[in-house]
Amino acid sequence: MTPLLDIRRLTMDFGGLRALEAIDLAVHPAQTVALIGPNGAGKTTLFNCITGIYRATAGDARFQAGEGRCVPLRGLKPNQVTALGICRTFQNIRLFGHMSALENVLIGRHCRTRAGIAGAILRSRRARDEERRAAADSFRLLKKFGLAGHADAPANSLPYGAQRRLEIARAMATEPRLLLLDEPAAGMNPQETRELNRMIVQLREEEGVAILLIEHDMRLVMSLAQHICVVDYGRKIAEGTPGQVRNNPAVIKAYLGEDDNA
Amino acid sequence: MDPKEEIKKSFIAAIWFMFLTFPIMVVRVDTIEHTVTWRWERLIWVGAAFFLLSFIWRRLLDRKLTGPSATDTAPAHAAPRWKHLTADSRLKRPALAAAALFFLAVPLLFSWNKTILVTNALIYVVIALGLNIVVGLAGQLVLGYVAFFAVGAYGYALLNLHYAVGFWSALPIGAALAALFGLLLGFPVLRLRGDYLAIVTLGFGEIIRIVLENWNELSFGPSGIDNIPPPDFFGLILNLRQTHIAIYYLMVVLTLLTILVVSRLQHSRIGRSWEALREDETAAQAMGIDTTRAKLSAFALGACWAGMGGVVFAAKQKFINPGNFTIWESILVLCIVVLGGMGSITGVVLAALVLVILPEALRVFADYRWLVFGAMLVLVMVFRPEGLVRARRRVYAFEPTESDKTEGP
Repeated sequence: MTPLLDIRRLTMDFGGLRALEAIDLAVHPAQTVALIGPNGAGKTTLFNCITGIYRATAGDARFQAGEGRCVPLRGLKPNQVTALGICRTFQNIRLFGHMSALENVLIGRHCRTRAGIAGAILRSRRARDEERRAAADSFRLLKKFGLAGHADAPANSLPYGAQRRLEIARAMATEPRLLLLDEPAAGMNPQETRELNRMIVQLREEEGVAILLIEHDMRLVMSLAQHICVVDYGRKIAEGTPGQVRNNPAVIKAYLGEDDNA
Repeated sequence: MDPKEEIKKSFIAAIWFMFLTFPIMVVRVDTIEHTVTWRWERLIWVGAAFFLLSFIWRRLLDRKLTGPSATDTAPAHAAPRWKHLTADSRLKRPALAAAALFFLAVPLLFSWNKTILVTNALIYVVIALGLNIVVGLAGQLVLGYVAFFAVGAYGYALLNLHYAVGFWSALPIGAALAALFGLLLGFPVLRLRGDYLAIVTLGFGEIIRIVLENWNELSFGPSGIDNIPPPDFFGLILNLRQTHIAIYYLMVVLTLLTILVVSRLQHSRIGRSWEALREDETAAQAMGIDTTRAKLSAFALGACWAGMGGVVFAAKQKFINPGNFTIWESILVLCIVVLGGMGSITGVVLAALVLVILPEALRVFADYRWLVFGAMLVLVMVFRPEGLVRARRRVYAFEPTESDKTEGP
């Protein structure tokens, strides 16, 4: 089976600093892959390279955009990547704070709707219908993420856990085939994490979306991921099933440090 | 707070203001007689006044921070009632109808001069609503907005002079021309944000003015263009007074059109993409918004209203020169947008009316007119930083069912 996302020898330099070195990574359709590693290992940098916020120095990433189209992602703008079917959340929540929760999700619908300036000014039937449908779709998404009660509340007034879920709802509104989650459980208490876990499982089953997950909560990673990729200092140091990675000496070394007396 | 501390603070404030106002309040230089009068008694008055005012000032600030306390009943009552009135949707229609009636009756109620003043205010309403798209919705701080106003005004004046283009065809042409200049400014500043954008657009506004001032062959330099014809109203022959009244009604219609179009844009897919741009550009792009398109459309659609306002301005004034389009105009329009409440159409309309009419109303203060005006701006910004009218989020028509309410944690 061809992978949905196929990253080959992706390298990212910032001036003299090599943040990522020749990373290979494949995400298959409907698969959940976790990307783990110590802070500063380059995980978010990889996300930024995939989504077009950074332009990779070398290597390439290819994405199966449906209908047999295999699109190289390098050089695309973030909005073009999103239109292809890759959407992300941010490590430090980046909602549109003064807009309502529903409007945040409606922004996600932006790339799947067409109404232009003329349609907006004349309120054409097409524009109105589209707007109504987008609002209904967005409301359904809010409901799914348990946010229906917050629909009209400004996003920055929502409780922390709800903001995290709203970010995922907003990303899902773009109809992604690959969802990139950047530390979705950061700052959550164990109960909220369990709730999130349940939600991601449900998302995977109902939508069949592939997920690439950055996460430090190992219990969440082990329970969700079918495949784990470990990076440290910009290099991939291990890869495999949760069981394989857990017992890999290189991983243990990266996380716990080397014992000089060993 | 400790009363001793309070007195000390007020004392310091009083000394500070005595020092600040010393040159204008105390010293009087007579350049003809070559004498200097020292009016020391005024210093005492200033000190006493600011000593007392600073108590009131701190008290108001405290109340703003803590919210209205239960002890001062009068203001606590007034605030919710006022909020209640503005929030009540049943009152919206009668209020709008009253406002409409008032604006239709202005030429009958007031003198000719005052009607012209209101016409001016309406021109500012239109161009401020345009700037509101760029600054209030899309969050792009543009300081050279007057340039688009100049483009519209000079566009009509020159097209009429050289090609005898009439007012009614010049109106859309002026809007299109300004929109084109909006794109022209938009392209180079696509990558700029915040203060950098402000500086570049400030320069743009000055460039347009300086070009108009110096390119004599095109714009007739500082002497400007005279004898710009007023609009032709169905071929009627009108005297000066009737023309001004006709222009007034034209502005009423144009203002309504602007409000309609801008509010429709604001509550559309396009308007939402502008607001997302304002809130977080990176996130907006990551969510699939083409930020280049969103910015350029905001610049173009914001500029076109200034162009239209410019055409009417030229037709109303009959004479324009570069002196009409200085940086102060840009700043006044920006003040309107900020004071009104960024993104709030009602707020911008209110602020435009207040800021244009207030300086005239303040003529009773004679020399201190602009001082009082400035002080009022500062007061509004301190006590209502979000503007006169807070932009209200649109509420979408969905009735959450019982299951929704129980579903969320």
